[in-house]
Amino acid sequence: MIKVNNTPFPYEDKMSIDDILKKKRYMDHMIVVKINGNHVRPEDYKTRTVNDGDDVKVIHLFGGG
Amino acid sequence: MQIEKLRSEHKLLKEWKYDLKELHKGYADRTLYINLNDNHIEEQPVTQFMKEKFVGGKGFGLYKLWHATKPETRWQDPENEIIIAPGPVCGITQYPGTGKSLVVSISPLTDMVIDSNVGGYVGPFLKFAGWDALEIQGKAEKDIIIVIDGNDGTVLIEEAPLEAVDGHILGEQLTEMYAKDEDDRRNVAVVTAGTAAENTLIGLLNFTFYDTRRKVARLKQAGRGGIGTVFRNKKIKGIVIRYAGTHGNMNNVDNISPINKAGIKIHKQIDKLDDKQCRMRQIGTANIVEVMDAYDLLPTHNYQYGSHKDTINIDSHTFIDKYITQNTPDGCWYGCSLSCAKAADHFELESGPYKGDKVCVDGPEYETAAGCGSNIGVFDAHGVLELNFYCDTYGIDTISFGTLTAFIMECYERGIITKEHTGGLELYFGNKHAAYELIHQMSRGEGFGKIAGLGIKKMKEIFVKEFGADPDFLNDIGMEQKGLEYSEYMSKESIAQQGGYGLTNKGPQHDEAWLIFMDMVNNQIPTFEDKAEALHYFPMFRTWFGLCGFCKLPWNDTTPESNATADEPAKMPEHVQNYVDIFNGVTGLSIDKFELIRQSERVYNFQRIFNIRMGKGLRVHDAVPYRSVGPVTKEEYLSREERYDGQLKDLIGLDPTTMTLEEKMAETRKYRENQYEQLTDAVYKRRGWTNNGVPTVEKLKDIEMELPELIEVIEKHL
Repeated sequence: MIKVNNTPFPYEDKMSIDDILKKKRYMDHMIVVKINGNHVRPEDYKTRTVNDGDDVKVIHLFGGG
Repeated sequence: MQIEKLRSEHKLLKEWKYDLKELHKGYADRTLYINLNDNHIEEQPVTQFMKEKFVGGKGFGLYKLWHATKPETRWQDPENEIIIAPGPVCGITQYPGTGKSLVVSISPLTDMVIDSNVGGYVGPFLKFAGWDALEIQGKAEKDIIIVIDGNDGTVLIEEAPLEAVDGHILGEQLTEMYAKDEDDRRNVAVVTAGTAAENTLIGLLNFTFYDTRRKVARLKQAGRGGIGTVFRNKKIKGIVIRYAGTHGNMNNVDNISPINKAGIKIHKQIDKLDDKQCRMRQIGTANIVEVMDAYDLLPTHNYQYGSHKDTINIDSHTFIDKYITQNTPDGCWYGCSLSCAKAADHFELESGPYKGDKVCVDGPEYETAAGCGSNIGVFDAHGVLELNFYCDTYGIDTISFGTLTAFIMECYERGIITKEHTGGLELYFGNKHAAYELIHQMSRGEGFGKIAGLGIKKMKEIFVKEFGADPDFLNDIGMEQKGLEYSEYMSKESIAQQGGYGLTNKGPQHDEAWLIFMDMVNNQIPTFEDKAEALHYFPMFRTWFGLCGFCKLPWNDTTPESNATADEPAKMPEHVQNYVDIFNGVTGLSIDKFELIRQSERVYNFQRIFNIRMGKGLRVHDAVPYRSVGPVTKEEYLSREERYDGQLKDLIGLDPTTMTLEEKMAETRKYRENQYEQLTDAVYKRRGWTNNGVPTVEKLKDIEMELPELIEVIEKHL
């Protein structure tokens, strides 16, 4: 199990940030991603995998109204 | 009709001369007072006290209105005022989004103070003409216009019997009439309302800016709260402000260097990143239609649902591909590189008195696409733009029109009202032709449009008293609070946004706080204390834009690269520093980001106490309709059954498999309503208010606002 935005989320082997964004149906632009507090660059979303127990933050920088 | 003919019928009621003076560090240091009862005009000083406590813009508007009215004053009383006030920053051209002014009045919808921000050239030109605010009191006997010439130093009040009332025509007529020649039209800005503003309570003000490329007077709106209705009730047809000679330092700022520096930085940022971020330069705020739909936040069929299979027909790409002119610098004030004031050119109208005309439609803003689109089931881009155009020219608010029409349509589909009540209009979701007829009836002041134009709060009373409707159900589904219609976001899954709407001064408008992503998606503010902190900081921060003359959009609809590693990315720290630097550069003061919040706190608490003085502004007035909190009907619950069942299990500890639908809905409601009450407790505490929502004496002392007239009001409630 990992945490995505402070909520438990099932861990899968070799799961990438891109996989998480797709499974959570998050948009892939205007976001900041951190794993255990460390920033992940957008160009690494497809290759950067997470480990079981990781704390993932996907912060939408979306201004809205 | 020839302009000369229109003008020949004018009757001069008053001519008043004033001395021209340059601005000083962002201020004119005087305001213009006009009383239409006797056409008295005078100059009033801006004191140091006013600047220290109220800054400018909305602050000055509230200060003037407080002293002009009594607790029992209502919107149609002669002593009610309309105050238009740019702030000290308004009018600079180095940074995007610096042409805003705030309009303040007593609202016909809420019976208390309303404020509404608006772009266009009126605010900057008013200031360049020498005024930090225009304060209009009294009522004229016949239709009049007010003309302020900032180059000649004259103010005229003239009867104007022949001009049109509808905004898109009157804007053109008055622009042509008061421009010296065609090139001078860029120096003329006009305020109008429209014919429906006369016959409804949801009237707005259009502020023009002359578009030299399109050769048309574009319309920006002070939309919320019915100020256009007050305008027409005072028999004001239009206000004209002319100022020729705009240049880059009209404000005579204290130090232009930090302003230039911040401007250059953000212009580069927008040029580099906007096409990958919000695409404001392509489609403006309507870029978020499909994002809201994807996250189940797009109000659909009177806020019952948050998405729809046909949203693609009104998403940003559809508007861009079919209607909205591209590659044009659409700023509503000079220097705005975010240029979100998009327009559909040569748009052919298919209904109403202007049917067949090819017009320029300003928009659609997101709020209009959602309110006049998904929320009333009109998944038809032409329908959205047609309603957008008629709302603007008739002078009514697209948000209130959309939300109240959605309410009517749900009532119609549920049989609460029928064709008997609507005069034959089949007001089911998606019937754009019925929506067209409704708005034309508002313009003519007849039929069911007359009832609809009263707004949801008064419609609920009529439906109960005259049509036998169930008041509890109408209170659940009628999306108004404090008398103002909700703006266009689903708040059911974000407790913080429920407060962002409900715990506001003027009613459920998102310009105080938009916390849905921070709360619901990012889960950044999980506790009530976290949410309360956000519902303190963001409303105060955003209030500040309206004190100074800033537009909110360049704050967080373009994101600096530095934000990727910022500690508090939702606050956009780099941009906050820009604002501090610009304010200090203009005024010569030396505030920091903390004093910025305190400046807003003073005005925000003043407005709260103003509402209390008028018999509002307490906890009971911050209650919200259940539709904004949770599923009212079985259909709503069943449409997201997995979500709601999961919450019963995970959040409340109940087993949904053993419960009836009615039981599940009842427990969900009990839980969610209790959450809102807990949020209210936390927010009041953070804001320094009592449990009844009253600012305390200690809080006023803390922000240096312990004014005797404020203490006198709150003492009765402590």
